[in-house]
Amino acid sequence: MANFEFVLPPPPTKDVTPLYGEQDLVRRSASSVPPPARKLTEVAKLIDVSKCIGCKACQSACLEWNNERIPVGENVGVYDNPPDLTPNMFTVMRFTEWVNPETQNLEWLIRKDGCMHCEDPGCLKACPAPGAIVQYSNGIVDFDHDKCIGCGYCVKGCPFNIPRISQVDHKAYKCTLCSDRVAVGQGPACAKACPTHAIVFGTKEEMKQHAEGRITDLKSRGFANAGLYDPPGVKGTHVMYVLQHADQPALYSGLPKDPRMSPLVQLWKGPGKVAGLAAIAVFAAVGFVHHLVTGANRVSPEDEENAKRLAEGQSS
Amino acid sequence: MTAYDVQPGDRVHPGDPVIVDRYTTAARINHWITATSLVLLALSGLALFAPSLFFLTALFTGGQTTRFIHPWIGVVLFFSFAGLFLRFWKANLWKAEDGTWLARLRDLLAGHEERLPDVGKYNAGQKIVFWAMSILIVVLIVSGLVSWDEYFSQYTTLEQKRIAILVHDIAAIAIICVWIVHVYAAIWFRGSLPAMVRGRVTGGWAWKHHRKWLRELVAGKH
Repeated sequence: MANFEFVLPPPPTKDVTPLYGEQDLVRRSASSVPPPARKLTEVAKLIDVSKCIGCKACQSACLEWNNERIPVGENVGVYDNPPDLTPNMFTVMRFTEWVNPETQNLEWLIRKDGCMHCEDPGCLKACPAPGAIVQYSNGIVDFDHDKCIGCGYCVKGCPFNIPRISQVDHKAYKCTLCSDRVAVGQGPACAKACPTHAIVFGTKEEMKQHAEGRITDLKSRGFANAGLYDPPGVKGTHVMYVLQHADQPALYSGLPKDPRMSPLVQLWKGPGKVAGLAAIAVFAAVGFVHHLVTGANRVSPEDEENAKRLAEGQSS
Repeated sequence: MTAYDVQPGDRVHPGDPVIVDRYTTAARINHWITATSLVLLALSGLALFAPSLFFLTALFTGGQTTRFIHPWIGVVLFFSFAGLFLRFWKANLWKAEDGTWLARLRDLLAGHEERLPDVGKYNAGQKIVFWAMSILIVVLIVSGLVSWDEYFSQYTTLEQKRIAILVHDIAAIAIICVWIVHVYAAIWFRGSLPAMVRGRVTGGWAWKHHRKWLRELVAGKH
């Protein structure tokens, strides 16, 4: 059965050499990297919303693998728990109850929210700390917490509102796509745990093909607008969704229809930075040159004499 | 009658040379707290603004500390500058001669200060610096509070924060440029620095650059 072709391999029991590392970086925040000698095969996680049963096994697996704990939740009136991403909870199931106006069916749209691993990551673009955010040639966008300064610029750079700043250590946290697991031939913990294989992991090409099959299936069942969510505005993502209603991504707890890096962030980090530094340099240079040309504006002995006459004339 | 630009503590001491008191001790302390804050803010802000200047975070013992301390220095600057504003705003009100003075700025820069009208305690350039600083500091504190996630994250949307950071950066660049003008003027007009260091200038300096103010001071002595 096609759904089960991406069963992940058993974990290694011996030491293994990581499949990729520093030498495979294609982007490094606030700094540059030499072009990597090789190009890793692009990977992707595919989340088939139509197969999700909302069990939150992915959330538990995520907490387990990342050794995170969250406080016991409180019922906020919906199934979402915790109600939002936190610095410790890198993925959250967002539940939407939607009555399809065409069929009058109540549809339970459950979207697993988390980092989309954009091909053109806004977080990385916005980050001011060299090396705090990196992107590998396989598409994984990862945070290096030793270098993070906790400024929260990544939060503003992200078109999906994903990173969260810890109030404990003041560093940014988000899904790593289990880059540590992927580096040793495993898949993300959430994909491993998903009982319905709504979450699968493989190469991006494989995932797109797999999605094709799923979309064909959904269309045959009356979901005419079923489709793949791989938004071009961020040059594609390495976490993709199969949506029953791909024409209305906003139904899925406000998934943006055409996410892209905010033009404000691009202006700030692009021309703004250059123009700003140039303006400062020009002001300093003009002052320097002016002084060279005209010399100091000095008070002459006559000025002192005039002042003396004025002061004495009036006070006598 | 006291002129608008004669401030408490301004006084002429006849002698050779004539000495003119220009800034009180309190005003000078107030100024230098503001100045130190502004320089520290520019250094820490530029470190986070441009990756090529990230090394400046080392001055503040690292990126985390820089991120933490920048807004607090901003608070110090805001209140410190508020003190300067209250001291100086009246003497910086725009007067008729300021327009003429500004129109002949080219003569001043070319070394023909004698072609400019007599001005009071501050010339038009100083007044522009004063008002630009005042407005920019208000813009910076407001946009800065919006971007201060530690305490104010929940009060604004992400989009508002993006706008705030952009506005903050533009205002910061502008105020650094204004600051360069301010510092350059203090260097170029020799004899200005003692005004803010010792609190006094020579009579000749006042005669040359602020003759109207000097006349008012002398006239007010009786």
